[in-house]
Amino acid sequence: MLYREAGDFKTSYSKDQQTFPIAFDRWGYFLTVAFAFLIVPFMINDYWLNAVILPFLIYAIAAIGLNILTGYCGQVSLGTGGFMAVGAYAAYKLMTGFPDLNIVFVIILSGGVTAMVGVIFGLPSLRIKGFYLAVATLAAQFFLVWLFNKVPWFYNYSASGQISAPERSIFGFAVTGANTLPHVSYLFCLCFVFVLAWMARNLTRGANGRKWMAIRDMDIAAEIIGVNPLKTKLLAFAISSFYIGIAGALLFAVYLGAAEVGEAFGITKSFLVLFMIIIGGLGSIFGSFAGAAFMVLMPVLLKNIMVGQLGWPTDLAAHFEFVIVGGLIVLFLILEPHGLAQIWRIVKEKLRLWPFPH
Amino acid sequence: MSANFYYGIEVFLNGLMAGVMYSLVALGFVLIFKASGIFNYAQGVMALFAALCLVGFQTGQIPFAHLINAIFGTQIHHFGWQMPALLAIICALLMMILFAFIVERYVLKHLVNQEPIILFMATIGLAYFMEGFGDLMWGSDIKKLDVGLPQGGNVWLEEKTASLGGEDFYGFYLDNLDIWATILAAILVTSLVLFSQYTKTGRALRAVADDHQAALSVGISLRTIWVIVWSIAGFVALVAGIMWGSKSGVQFSLSLIALKALPVLMLGGFTSIPGAIVGGLIIGVGEKMFEFLIGAPFLGGATENWFAYMLALLFLVFRPQGLFGEKIIERV
Amino acid sequence: MKLSKIAAAFVATTMVASPVLADLVFPSLSYRTGPYGANGIPFADGYADYFTLVNERDGGIGGVKTKVIECETGYNTEKGVECYESTKGEGSLVYQPLSTGMTYQLIPKVTADGIPMHTMGYGRTSAANGKVFSNVFNYPANYWNGASVAINHILAENGGDIKGKKIGLVYHNSAYGKEPIRTLEELAKKHGYDLSLLAVDHPGQEQKSQWLQIRREKPDYVLMWGWGVMNQVAIQEAANIRYPMENFIGIWWSGSENDVIPAGAAANGYKALNMHAVGNDFPVFGDIQKYVVDAGKAAGAGDQVGTVLYNRGLYAAMLAVEAAKTAQEIHGTKDITAVMMRDGMEALDMNAAKMAGLGMAGFGPEFKVTCENHGGPGLGSVTQWDAAAKKWTQISDFGPSDMDVIGALIMEDSAAFAAENNIAERCN
Repeated sequence: MLYREAGDFKTSYSKDQQTFPIAFDRWGYFLTVAFAFLIVPFMINDYWLNAVILPFLIYAIAAIGLNILTGYCGQVSLGTGGFMAVGAYAAYKLMTGFPDLNIVFVIILSGGVTAMVGVIFGLPSLRIKGFYLAVATLAAQFFLVWLFNKVPWFYNYSASGQISAPERSIFGFAVTGANTLPHVSYLFCLCFVFVLAWMARNLTRGANGRKWMAIRDMDIAAEIIGVNPLKTKLLAFAISSFYIGIAGALLFAVYLGAAEVGEAFGITKSFLVLFMIIIGGLGSIFGSFAGAAFMVLMPVLLKNIMVGQLGWPTDLAAHFEFVIVGGLIVLFLILEPHGLAQIWRIVKEKLRLWPFPH
Repeated sequence: MSANFYYGIEVFLNGLMAGVMYSLVALGFVLIFKASGIFNYAQGVMALFAALCLVGFQTGQIPFAHLINAIFGTQIHHFGWQMPALLAIICALLMMILFAFIVERYVLKHLVNQEPIILFMATIGLAYFMEGFGDLMWGSDIKKLDVGLPQGGNVWLEEKTASLGGEDFYGFYLDNLDIWATILAAILVTSLVLFSQYTKTGRALRAVADDHQAALSVGISLRTIWVIVWSIAGFVALVAGIMWGSKSGVQFSLSLIALKALPVLMLGGFTSIPGAIVGGLIIGVGEKMFEFLIGAPFLGGATENWFAYMLALLFLVFRPQGLFGEKIIERV
Repeated sequence: MKLSKIAAAFVATTMVASPVLADLVFPSLSYRTGPYGANGIPFADGYADYFTLVNERDGGIGGVKTKVIECETGYNTEKGVECYESTKGEGSLVYQPLSTGMTYQLIPKVTADGIPMHTMGYGRTSAANGKVFSNVFNYPANYWNGASVAINHILAENGGDIKGKKIGLVYHNSAYGKEPIRTLEELAKKHGYDLSLLAVDHPGQEQKSQWLQIRREKPDYVLMWGWGVMNQVAIQEAANIRYPMENFIGIWWSGSENDVIPAGAAANGYKALNMHAVGNDFPVFGDIQKYVVDAGKAAGAGDQVGTVLYNRGLYAAMLAVEAAKTAQEIHGTKDITAVMMRDGMEALDMNAAKMAGLGMAGFGPEFKVTCENHGGPGLGSVTQWDAAAKKWTQISDFGPSDMDVIGALIMEDSAAFAAENNIAERCN
């Protein structure tokens, strides 16, 4: 009824090829963006921002980044935590080394630094494939964490090895440090998410995206039809690491404010982001958002219900949280192995025919 | 010969021993990967869970005591018995077999023919589940594990070899527990090989590992095989859990030993049992020697974690399928 | 639709929790799960039990009941943020995040929100300088004091001369583990001992290399800054190489029952530092038994009473309650706010008479907090494990640490922090 293609006429190629060809989708998208930019900033408070929304936005960026590499290009990586650490430490060094540099450039440059590191650790992917590659990227994870812990230059020789983000502002509003307003840091991150997601969507629709998918589906065949595996894989590593680096920089500078490499960017982070894209859906930008939302919201929701509503002891609640999240992951995979994005696709298919499915 | 040379040998020997400990964990991964193509991330948690069950049975803990107390307001903790170690091991083993059944029945059956990454993910979900479940069942305090394995350095060896390297050398040091682990690993691998070569089930296992569909078509039940394989992996996890748990006590961190086994797998190949052993030995010796010769003197130490992965990475660049892995043949 | 139901439940659970202003709220950011859960449980139990005791025995603090909101962090910084934000609106008086990572992250936040934070024996050491860190307290002792107390203990054992002695430091290769290095290096210059550093990577299940190195070099003393599984393995390995246990000294986070019991009899004689008393030989434990345990109101499983970390939780709670009492006196009101609580902590005076009155005579050192000094006097004691009796015993009084060396380091580090964040010095 409402969700339909019929009557939605396209009169030019560019209209036919737009990201959301169905009017209903398009309007839904515009509404979501408008809601996120215009309404949410007025509703947000400290708790929602720090407990739910900031981690969601930041992990969404990381998930998009990993999805480009794993979902689109087929290279499984477990080095996400290490690359996020590169972004965070790059941001810290840039912030303290060039105090006058605008925070936006700091974040983007951190992404750039991470991209370069990503390319270096992407080199083995030319020979190593599948799970062997996944485990090989763990080398990056462990080495980077060790490096940031070992070399005092990275944390400016501070006594404790912790890095703390100094206060930086944009248009006179603080976005890092203690005196930020919730809606400012929200909008700051949202802008990054919006631009990066838009870029990712269009990248994956274009020539590069098609090359990535060709490599993913069968790399030898792709090579035969003229896709250069070296360039394509390394480009995927670079762009993916760029996203992940930005996520790491935001996680450190805007969300946490202080970080220690082993704790904030350990192996668990790598797994967490991988969960997000698998639960959300490999090879889908929407899936990255859905997966990030699931993994960030689920524990908070469960905790609030079990401790806040039912009044259970916190330790029992925490154990049950593990059991439930683990059980849900397995359940999701059994019900829909291709993730939340696939469920969304099926729902849309059903909606097209609703209410007359025959 | 200078004392340092002998110390080098000592580090080498201890590296071998550490390697055996890694192999014990890696073995479980290989078994499951061979039989079902699943990269079982939950192997580490299985070791933790098996060890928790063992200690729980041995000391007569009441399962879910904390939960029961919280709901009913009771004060129960222990049954008040002390089970002999062997009986407790058998009980723990039964638990792992039960676990294998449940996994097959409720998880694997539904995920036949999925992509490897999905199966991998499912085992991560399983790992989460078991972490929470194990804590619920047995509590999250640190438990002492004692099944009568000897601890401490081997004094006999130390005294016999003390005269070798002058007065700066105190004799070779080897941990009794490690020696036992080596013996157990040897028995384990031998019996696994014998089992898979000379029994009917073993042959079925190998058939499944070679080709699922061909095995199905000659009448081998895939589901039974999976239960068997997961049970064996559970047993291997129990052995690994006992070995590692004797050293550190049984606690949450025991599940992290999986991370020690991953470079071993990479190096040895996911599909080879000898690979897991040889890979473990190479990794063990490699990381210990690197720490001894370069890491501790020049890099400030604690290099072992990443060096193991780097070493494996280096090997992989030359042999992408691991040392003993099946050659990857790619066709269009 | 299902989604909207979940969303509704979510909104309900997060929004409805309205502050109950009548109670004095003490949030407890605990970790009863995860890799450090075994250490988090007794602390959280002790912390909660003391407040229950105060409510049951004294009817609260100055007649106002206390309320402990427990929030599970799992030692995870991000969950810690969530816990902080969710409890801060409920009128929380003081935070004890129990994790160095969380402490660093909360320092700017609590300062901006005007809530005090107490990091007892962990966190940012230079927060002892109250001139720079207005809302952070780390009395009665910090890591640098700990390092110095350990060296003082060694000095005392050797008649004051440790020139040429070899001391090894086995440390968790993280910010926490690296804390004492600077102090130990400065002290090495002063006392002339050789310091060798042995890093152990997280989590620390495999320490063969480090202990073989110790066996080769035979240091006269080994200090340890360990945490979690690293402690148990280190003690086991030390026993394996037959290192004399009485020369092996751990920091207070490496000195609980959890750390020594897995090694069994081999751990006998192992020493650890502490900033409070061990054991349950204090009148206050009688009250806890009577009002809390027997009444069925004990936190957790109720089986931790009297363990080292339980005592630490108890001690932390006691200091918080005393600070709240002080705040009530200063401001002349029963319903204190976080800002008043901060003043109370800054004016806290723990003297012998006060502790005796609480049934905790000699439970901790005597000290006085001032505007300049948020770190207390830096006193610490040494305890030793008796494997046969399964008991820690205190073998030295609360002794002083070398404040000449440490004070200079604190000034240096806090000055750097002040410069980075444009903080003007207070207390002038």
